[in-house]
Amino acid sequence: MYRYDEFDHAFVRERVVQFRDQVDRRLAGQLTEDEFRPLRLRNGLYLQLHAYMLRIAIPYGVLSPRQLRQLAMIGRKWDRGYGHFTTRTNLQYHWIKLVDVPDILDALADVEMHCIQTSGNSFRNVTADPFAGAAVDELEDPRPWCEVIRQWSTVHPEFSWLPRKFKFAITGAAEDRAAVLFHDIGLKIVKGPNGENGFRVFVGGGMGRTPYVGLEIRPFLEKRHLLSYIESILRVYNLYGRRDNLNKARIKILVNQLGIDKFREEVEADWAASPRKDEIDLPESELLRIQSYFAPPDLVPGPIVDEKVEQRRITDPAFANWLKNNVRPHRVPGYCIAVIALKQPGRTPGDATSEEMELVADLAERYSHNELRVNYTQNLVLPHVARADLVAVYDALVRVGLAVGNNDLLGDMICCPGLDYCNLANARSIPIAKEIAKRFEDPKRQELIGPLRLNMSGCINACGHHHAGNIGILGVDKKGTELYQISLGGSPKDDAAIGTIIGPGFRAEAVPQAIDTIIETYLANRTGGEDFLATWRRIGPAPFKEALYGAV
Amino acid sequence: MPSVVTANRLTDGIVVYLATDGSWTEDIAHARRAETEDEVKALEADAARAVKERKVVAVYPMEVAVDDSGVHALSVRERIRASHRTTLTEDWYDVPL
Repeated sequence: MYRYDEFDHAFVRERVVQFRDQVDRRLAGQLTEDEFRPLRLRNGLYLQLHAYMLRIAIPYGVLSPRQLRQLAMIGRKWDRGYGHFTTRTNLQYHWIKLVDVPDILDALADVEMHCIQTSGNSFRNVTADPFAGAAVDELEDPRPWCEVIRQWSTVHPEFSWLPRKFKFAITGAAEDRAAVLFHDIGLKIVKGPNGENGFRVFVGGGMGRTPYVGLEIRPFLEKRHLLSYIESILRVYNLYGRRDNLNKARIKILVNQLGIDKFREEVEADWAASPRKDEIDLPESELLRIQSYFAPPDLVPGPIVDEKVEQRRITDPAFANWLKNNVRPHRVPGYCIAVIALKQPGRTPGDATSEEMELVADLAERYSHNELRVNYTQNLVLPHVARADLVAVYDALVRVGLAVGNNDLLGDMICCPGLDYCNLANARSIPIAKEIAKRFEDPKRQELIGPLRLNMSGCINACGHHHAGNIGILGVDKKGTELYQISLGGSPKDDAAIGTIIGPGFRAEAVPQAIDTIIETYLANRTGGEDFLATWRRIGPAPFKEALYGAV
Repeated sequence: MPSVVTANRLTDGIVVYLATDGSWTEDIAHARRAETEDEVKALEADAARAVKERKVVAVYPMEVAVDDSGVHALSVRERIRASHRTTLTEDWYDVPL
């Protein structure tokens, strides 16, 4: 992974000193809340319902065991012993004291972490394929490019005052596991006309109040021109993006108002006219330097079948279930990618206690070549596990209750913190997720249903990605009552789609039964090996509407 | 309907209510209640002073219901704030609302 150089260290420490002074001045009355608010937001510090919330950037979801242990320590010392992993692959602490924040930022800087640009109208944490560098279907590791963009975009003077926040995702694999098409800019590494790798560039995707699937602005961009080209995209956005209405300020609105062809024309014209392309684009030597930090671990290919694993699979159905759903193929034979689902029935999706973080850090050290990832679906990933070690990893997870085998099944819900924590939320989401988890607790039933993405948000800002859920749930406030609107048919993958609202919302207590009805309708209608999305696309909304609301 | 004033404590962000003795309490039951328009204005003036003195931030008045069992926040959001914590990481536990 990337390691800070002297400049990075000095820069992050300087920011901590600066913020310590700002907190001191706030407490001494030299800054009012109105003056302090934009300063704290520049450092990922929000004031939420119950306390301050601090959001820590986990660059493209990559963590070292040392960093995860430090996050565990921070949770224990300065929060309430846990943290919450988000759909931006960041970590949030929900019970932070303002007076402690400078010390926390210092502790983060000790392990090369910070909270810069995790809030405000800035370039947010770049996300990536959580299996990067390990996936069997990968053309090229996207992490060096994520790092390039991170360095380029951090406190970039031209883009420090964007009309609105800006989100970026990159994948280098055949399968989109990073919801790339739901980002302001999404990049897919693809083969070009001469067999070389480059970027397929998408723009204007996003969730929130007005969801859009990203549109292709360029089918192929030479890698060496990445920075100058995205700078042109950003410049056009900065120039024309609306600043008069917060709800219309994201680049997706601009792209869709201008139309992708006109937007492309503007970007290409800006790019063609840019006199400093060579200065902006990254020199080959710098790219090689950054790439060297992401050299793959030295893995010795091994047998693809392990006797201990096979025996355990036969005798232990829970292990077989975990193996099937949470273990994914690795580019090196004899190795696997193991997903640690933070989705046990009864727990808050995405939460991890300090003890759990420490256990996972230990496992990464012992079994995954010191590498860890955070998935945008709010799980953790051990990217390089020898097949022969899978039983040991599983048994260690069982001991702390993290061995649930529901990755990518109904129980693997994405869920935002909702009204239990968030100042923006209109409705609770965690208790609804728990009730749904209770209803579908039986792993056999989840297995029967098959792959299903159920996403839930407690407000229209869509941190829980409800638009992209095969089943999406949105909490709204209707005259003081929490109501839950259900949408069907969304997809975060290559066939990205925005879900269709199926009808009037449901009261909280009726949501689990409504989900059950939807699932039963799917099961009654599916043919062959169809997954939920395939059945939905074939039969459309009518059978679901009828099952939920009766014959029209 | 009576009103109280709520805020977040500046130093740690915890939900508080202006109490009868002029302090800020975490317990809504101890909140000073204003019944008339003048009392609400007095409550707000005291709260504004506390903002200036950097005791609290994000101050606002809200109506509450009072019965024999105590003082109750009306909206889901305010019931959650008054409960201080409504979910746990590793437990089915949620505060019923």
